[in-house]
Amino acid sequence: MTFQQPKIDTSPHVSDEVRKTTCYMCACRCGINVHMKDGKVAYIEGNKDHPVNQGVLCAKGSAGIMQVNAPSRLRAPLKRVGERGSGEFEEISWDEALQIATDWLEPVRKDNPEKLAFFTGRDQSQSFTSFWAQGFGTPNYAAHGGFCSVNMAAAGIYTMGGAFWEFGQPDWDHTKLFMLFGVAEDHDSNPIKMGLGKIKKRGARVIGVNPIRTGYNAVADDWVGITPGTDGLFILSMVHCLMKAGKIDLEYLAKYTNAPVLVINNPGQSDHGLLMHDKDGKEVVIDRKTGKLTAFDKPGVQPDLAATFEKGGQTHRPVFHQMADMYLSEDYAPEAVADRCGIPAKRIRAIAAELARVAFDEAFELDHEWTDFRGEKHTTMTGRPVSFHSMRGISAHANGFQTCRALHTLQIILGTVEVPGGFRFKPPYPKPATAHPKPHVGVTPGSALNGPHLGFVHGPEDLALKEDGTPARIDKAFTWENPMSSHGLMHMVISNAYAGDPYKIDVLFMYMANMSWNSSMNTRGVIDMLTDKNDDGEYVIPKIIYSDAYSSEMVAYADLILPDTTYLERHDCISLLDRPICEADAAADAIRWPVIEPDRDVKGFQSALCDLGAKLNLPGFVNEDGSQKYADYGDYIVNHERRPGIGPLAGWRGGDGASSGRGEVNPNQLEKYIENGGFFVEHIPAGSNYYKPWNMAYQDWAVGMGLYDKPTPYLFSLYVEPMRKFQLAAEGHGDRQPPDHLRARIKEKMSPLPIWYSSEDDNKADAFPITALTQRPMAMYHSWGSQNAWLRQLHGHNPLYLPTRLMRENGLADGDWARVTSPHGEITVPVLEMAALNENTVWTWNAIGKRKGAWALEENAPEATRGFLLNHLIHELLPPKGDGLRWANSDPITGQAAWFDLKVRIEKAVPPAESQPGFDAIKSPVGRGPKDLKWKVGK
Amino acid sequence: MTTLPTHTDKKLGLVIDLDTCVGCHACVISCKGWNTENYGAPLSDQNAYGADNNGTFLNRVHSFEVQPDEGAAQLIHFPKSCLHCEDAPCVTVCPTGASYKRVEDGIVLVNESNCIGCGLCAWACPYGARELDQAEGVMKKCTLCVDRIYNENLPEEDRQPACVRTCPAGARHFGDLGDENSDVSKLVAERGGMDLMPEQGTKPVNKYLPPRPKDAMPEFDVLAPFLEPVAEEPKGFLGWLDRTLEKL
Amino acid sequence: MHPAPSVIFFTTFSGLGFGLLFFLGLGFPAVTGWTAFAFFVIAYAMAVGGLMASTFHLGRPERAIKAFTQWRSSWLSREAWCAVGALVLMGLYAMGLVFFDTRIMTFGISGAVLSLATVFTTSMIYTQLKTIPRWNMAITPVKFISLSLAGGALLAGQVSAALVLLVIAGLVQIFTWLEGDKALAASGSNMASATGLGDIGGVRAFEPPHTGTNYLLREFVHEIGRKHSQKLRAISLLLMVALPFVLLVLPFSHFFALLAVISHIAGVLTARWLFFAEAEHVVGLYYGKR
Repeated sequence: MTFQQPKIDTSPHVSDEVRKTTCYMCACRCGINVHMKDGKVAYIEGNKDHPVNQGVLCAKGSAGIMQVNAPSRLRAPLKRVGERGSGEFEEISWDEALQIATDWLEPVRKDNPEKLAFFTGRDQSQSFTSFWAQGFGTPNYAAHGGFCSVNMAAAGIYTMGGAFWEFGQPDWDHTKLFMLFGVAEDHDSNPIKMGLGKIKKRGARVIGVNPIRTGYNAVADDWVGITPGTDGLFILSMVHCLMKAGKIDLEYLAKYTNAPVLVINNPGQSDHGLLMHDKDGKEVVIDRKTGKLTAFDKPGVQPDLAATFEKGGQTHRPVFHQMADMYLSEDYAPEAVADRCGIPAKRIRAIAAELARVAFDEAFELDHEWTDFRGEKHTTMTGRPVSFHSMRGISAHANGFQTCRALHTLQIILGTVEVPGGFRFKPPYPKPATAHPKPHVGVTPGSALNGPHLGFVHGPEDLALKEDGTPARIDKAFTWENPMSSHGLMHMVISNAYAGDPYKIDVLFMYMANMSWNSSMNTRGVIDMLTDKNDDGEYVIPKIIYSDAYSSEMVAYADLILPDTTYLERHDCISLLDRPICEADAAADAIRWPVIEPDRDVKGFQSALCDLGAKLNLPGFVNEDGSQKYADYGDYIVNHERRPGIGPLAGWRGGDGASSGRGEVNPNQLEKYIENGGFFVEHIPAGSNYYKPWNMAYQDWAVGMGLYDKPTPYLFSLYVEPMRKFQLAAEGHGDRQPPDHLRARIKEKMSPLPIWYSSEDDNKADAFPITALTQRPMAMYHSWGSQNAWLRQLHGHNPLYLPTRLMRENGLADGDWARVTSPHGEITVPVLEMAALNENTVWTWNAIGKRKGAWALEENAPEATRGFLLNHLIHELLPPKGDGLRWANSDPITGQAAWFDLKVRIEKAVPPAESQPGFDAIKSPVGRGPKDLKWKVGK
Repeated sequence: MTTLPTHTDKKLGLVIDLDTCVGCHACVISCKGWNTENYGAPLSDQNAYGADNNGTFLNRVHSFEVQPDEGAAQLIHFPKSCLHCEDAPCVTVCPTGASYKRVEDGIVLVNESNCIGCGLCAWACPYGARELDQAEGVMKKCTLCVDRIYNENLPEEDRQPACVRTCPAGARHFGDLGDENSDVSKLVAERGGMDLMPEQGTKPVNKYLPPRPKDAMPEFDVLAPFLEPVAEEPKGFLGWLDRTLEKL
Repeated sequence: MHPAPSVIFFTTFSGLGFGLLFFLGLGFPAVTGWTAFAFFVIAYAMAVGGLMASTFHLGRPERAIKAFTQWRSSWLSREAWCAVGALVLMGLYAMGLVFFDTRIMTFGISGAVLSLATVFTTSMIYTQLKTIPRWNMAITPVKFISLSLAGGALLAGQVSAALVLLVIAGLVQIFTWLEGDKALAASGSNMASATGLGDIGGVRAFEPPHTGTNYLLREFVHEIGRKHSQKLRAISLLLMVALPFVLLVLPFSHFFALLAVISHIAGVLTARWLFFAEAEHVVGLYYGKR
């Protein structure tokens, strides 16, 4: 009998049309092909031409269709009719909603704009929302960087004019040793996976440093299960080993860093420890050829790392001498740090030796001629194939800023930044801290703020303080408590506004930030602050406006809801003014555009701001005749110019669309982007694409693209002078003086060379010896995933993972429950054993636990009954020290929320019916989702 | 006819690299999306927004901890879908002929219009590759994207299974394992690709590349020469520095 | 395996029904007329009822007819043919007995053979599955057939045969339990072979693919405590073999006979529940459930 099989159609119709836009299922911003059938979204895949993801797409991205169809989508503007937190709303028209907002905001702007606090969460339009806030005139604006990873951003930019995040990347094509410290999965996630795949294929070694061996660390060749919070010590110990062995790139240090810059030695005086500058304000070095003092950037200068300078009876020594004094100390010897880090001394030495071996023995040259900023021509580019990457894991500690700085120091002494095989910046970086704005807090009633809100301070004179020395900003950013808080402190806004410290506000306006749930520390406390009333019956925080696309936990705590669209229904720009999608070899930006129209009465938040801005008569949002300037966000994206010829999008500028970077407004710009797949790429010419901070060809190209207005070469700051300025203030120098209770801390923590310190005592580690961490699953982003019928099957609840030792000691077995207690609170949750875990660490997946009634889920959904948040255990303040002061649970330098410093103890618990603490259900403003799904678009 | 073909022209299948898979579930959802919209009935979900939510998936990523005799435990992410076995027991048990193995490429498919949903094929599969869709009542399984790999409506570069196309880490490879010169066959040969549960006698076409040895960095004794101190004291270090700079 | 009521009911009653038909086909008891009618009604009710029950576990029962097509390769298909063949032949045979007082031995014997063949093919559906080592043993068909015969003899009132067959079936059952307890280990399938990771070290399931349940877990992973299973084994032996044996040995009474039948059926149902519930499908290894 012959073999028979059915004939099947192997070339079925795939889709009617493919619309290419940008993903927003996390912060990675991949290009996506949205396949349409019958005018509906049928299937989403990665865009092969896109610079970020080159066709691949993660689970979140592929599940976008279920987010766009989610029953949790808000349907119309909402006005609160019940008590705050009840979830009782009535749907209203946009006209009414915008009028309510205007009625609330107009008097605030007229009388005192600082009484508006406008904070945006996972906002990808910060250059726009900040522009709006600036026009309004409030100093109180920031996004969520303060509790995300400001330490990483600020440390990178202060040290080397660029950071990890998605602002740089390893040279995947050349690196041979890749060392990864605690990384957040939602930034650059697909590029990192692609890079790991690429280098593993080549047989390069991957070292993962993380208390938890999951994800990237699971595929790492070597896993270093470090004790949380000790990364800085481990890194500085490797710095010690490498310096002691002379395994450092002296030429690189001399030419491209401030290692040779002289440090003023003038003990007791107001300039002691500052860098020596010439009369033009340039840092000075000693030229090895002449032995003379000279500005660092003079043509032909060969800065000397060793020479000292005698003047006024004092010996002024270069930064590098100070580094030698500090890091050659036996305090940093592997044997001295091993126990604390939980890494054997021999292993620390082995890793340092391997770094040295690969950086120096496997160095190579690329045949690219280039000219540096001193005019020196180089015939080749030296490559050092060691690269690093890191993110939140080392950032969200009270010592995170200095730890991140330590890591950059390690990179720099190995000569592996911006060289082939090392870590490379993506435009608009490199860009030194001095090229960024400073923070502005000049408030004038009825007028715009005097400049951008956020930026980089360079000394006490730049702090955001009022005349009386009190904080100018509601979040106390840029104050003595956290002077270098470049991203603001969104996590302190509600707490401070509630306490009236530094002042009360009238309107709290937030976007896409789930502050009454997973985006706050001390969730219960924040809920109470949002719902507490004064004696007169008014809420302590009087008015709350919130914008979100979905029925998140935060919706219930607002008075007015402006419903946002989903990401496939809107315009957006992923702009060079903000956080673009550049690659190390190219400048690139991208758009979102409405591949489908909303089927509900919702509006992109930015478009709503265009309307609201016009109603409030904000500068930049009205024409001279008072009419609305931008019909919607799409209109703004095309027609707004930040500086002449520079707009939100860099591609297809000029009347004819032929200019890149700079050029007049092109009314057809969005069509051009759509034609090109939703993005724009301009490649950096070969020979300009390494050594960028010092490579004149790159500098000139960047000016042409509008990234700078003039070439801006600079030295990497191993020694961060602004930090020394804060120390000097703490030592009593200068007019602006810190409060006495902060003096000692500023002196100690603001070391201009990276140091390591423990925050264990502050967190009562003697009584709470276990560190509790969270991390984001690769398939979920913040709280969004749970409304997604596909993704919530992957992570419908979250156990607490305990190392084998703690399971045994507490008599626990998989599926048992444990009570977890911190100095602040207590939770009771299910546990599972994990062997590949630091033995003093427990962890869980972040933001899986949900409030009953939110996200259009059934009230008995596992997210609400077995899922949980660690947030209940974390407070925005440290446990009281008995001095009556409120000490923030933050990095004292940047204010970064130190939620990875959480210390707990564990004990077995009688299983409760549900995870504890339990919360009452909130009423869903969008009802409930359907029971079963059998989804197929078109036939 | 549910006897197996005596020979297939090709042995199309996947090679999954356990050394590279980071466990991101991209393949799982990409598969869910494509196969909901394409071959046969959509992959349904039950209690989609409630308790006990579950649905049909043709590809799932497990994870295992492995504890070596010495050294740290390892975590291995483990994607699993139909292995398109040469001796596919799921095919021969089928009472209706709905399950079959294609002669031209060896893909194991279910002809859904003939499936009575008896579940026996899933019973016969050691790998859990088949799931009975609760809404449609028929057996669903990986089709190796038979409606992509030959699809003339797709650009040629996209004619590969959705899971392979989407995998960010490049841990999934697709090709003809019957051709020893194919890229996938070479990969299997180089990396010691293995069968799952060989003792079941199913002769899987899909292969798994084992993780490379972990935590195998040379001991410090071997690497010590790279950290030979140039000096013990900061002062000596500065002397070394001066001497070295002279040579630059 | 999930002990689904439909399959438990199906295998139990079709086994008993076809067992009874076997004896009727061979002329034990040699009944005709209304007495024969009563016997055949009982036999058909059990056999057909069992078969009907089996369709409850189909996803698409309206297509059940398609199950006849693959008799060359599929035991399920063969079972369908045998069952239909047995029922048709025995039907003709029964009509002869009931209405014409005529015993057509050709139909009776071939119907009896097909009845037994039906039980055998049913057993082979389970026996063939290498994925379930506890079933994948030569003793499995022996168990099904010995039970079917014992039950058939009991229902057919063949006391002396039933006494012998009950003891045999009981011994076979005990033997399958003892062998079955060793089967998974002997199969060579374990977490090391399932994952191929055994060379690195001891393998342990960490996170499952999905936090919720799925078809595979519902269908294939049923965990039953050892103590619980030992208790049920004892109960099933008592009901299936011991009690009917005692009742048959006692001086004959219709009441005792009925009690013996009921006890036997209850015992077989219990044993059949265990047959499924105790069966370890190797897919559970991927979930760390073995």
